[in-house]
Amino acid sequence: MPDEKKKTPLLDELEKGPWPSFVKDIKAAAETQPMAEDLLGQLELSYKDKISHWKHGGIVGVMGYGGGVIGRYSDVPEQFPNVSHFHTMRVNMPSGWFYTSDVLRKICDIWEKHGSGLFNFHGSTGDIILLGTKTDELEPTFSELTHLGFDLGGSGSVMRTPSACVGKARCEWACYDTMGMCNEITHTYQDELHRPPFPYKFKFKFSGCPNDCVASIARADLSIIGTWKDDIQQDDAAVAQYAADGVDIQKDVCDHCPTKCMSWDGKQLKINNRECVRCMHCINVLPKALRPGKEKGATVLIGAKAPILQGAQLSSVLIPFVPADEILDTLKELVSRIWDFWGEYGNNRERVGELIQRMGMATFLDAIGLDPVPEMVSAPRDNPYIFFRKEDEVPEPEEGAGEPKQK
Amino acid sequence: MAVSVETIAEEMYKMVVEYLGKKNLKSTDLTKAMIAKFGEAECTKDDCKHAIRQLIDSGRCVYSYFGGSFITIPHKEGAAPE
Repeated sequence: MPDEKKKTPLLDELEKGPWPSFVKDIKAAAETQPMAEDLLGQLELSYKDKISHWKHGGIVGVMGYGGGVIGRYSDVPEQFPNVSHFHTMRVNMPSGWFYTSDVLRKICDIWEKHGSGLFNFHGSTGDIILLGTKTDELEPTFSELTHLGFDLGGSGSVMRTPSACVGKARCEWACYDTMGMCNEITHTYQDELHRPPFPYKFKFKFSGCPNDCVASIARADLSIIGTWKDDIQQDDAAVAQYAADGVDIQKDVCDHCPTKCMSWDGKQLKINNRECVRCMHCINVLPKALRPGKEKGATVLIGAKAPILQGAQLSSVLIPFVPADEILDTLKELVSRIWDFWGEYGNNRERVGELIQRMGMATFLDAIGLDPVPEMVSAPRDNPYIFFRKEDEVPEPEEGAGEPKQK
Repeated sequence: MAVSVETIAEEMYKMVVEYLGKKNLKSTDLTKAMIAKFGEAECTKDDCKHAIRQLIDSGRCVYSYFGGSFITIPHKEGAAPE
């Protein structure tokens, strides 16, 4: 136990209020871990000086790997010797974040033995984040983690640790096996995960339905979001039961439909499925009455990123629908073409979405061998990158033929 | 005749040494340089991938991170305390 507790008046402010506090957790760890005590001291100094006292990056890592360890050193090691090295290790989490309590205890034991004992469960990409260890402890930690069945995740210019929602393991809306897909992609691209081959990071995220619980449309370079092609499955008796139980179908369901494709006459809910954009709102409100259709698969989207160098960007549709049993083969085929193009033309620290923005979607589609389709247009008459020629227009169908109108 | 992975690795190593302290090299920089040097028919991207792996696994080169991931030769970490 440390001899002298450091005073931390600025950090103490972060313990106030009803919400959980990381300061409280670090203080608890500091009862037994000298690293945590010095971490509090350095953090307090950073708040006082209004600058970070961490030096980030370098060549630390485990043998053969170019990712998984984020080097961090204190720039005031004489004041806080226990955090002079404070490297982070990213550990590849299980698909869907399923653990046994036994495994969690063993990970904790490993980290208390070799590191600070502090974790993030989980980082924003989904990895288990082990916070704070010394260079000499990296290999022993890695060795014990691998014996437990864990591998390091991604960091730097690699394919980052793929992540998936719980999918069919726990969710009835899953339109494909997200966990299986995540596991397949992780194993297929081990080289790209551990040995940085790209201009910058590349993220896969697998969501089983358009609720997109892993936020793939906002964060992943390649988003694979479950969807369906046919009509929403509807149980009229269950809809009536919801209404009888007090759900205001008009206000809570129809009025919130983004395309206004539903109507409610007080007895029956009618859905114009051709206008449905698979937002999931009605299914979320009436889960016992409505379900995704039977013809399931996924939409593949490209180019999202959180704001780091440039602003945030959402994914654009790349393939509107891939049947569930063809997703893996389609991804493998597609990804190699995308990576080739990005490797050839991407600048250092340029995400694939930024490259597409810089060079144009038309150039990108041409390079990877995909034809433009209307579903790629996120806002009609507003996307400058795809032009349909007069001869590509489909004649307007006769009234009642059921085909969407060509605008 | 295709260039051997060992030859590519050796050429890559020379390049890393030559650029040390002048420019950080990514694996794509090394791959493009080797394909330009030997020609696409003699040196494929896959050969380059194997050559890089050989350099890293043998410990002659290591990955570094400075905003992006680069390939360099092992050295004492500048940021590490004495």
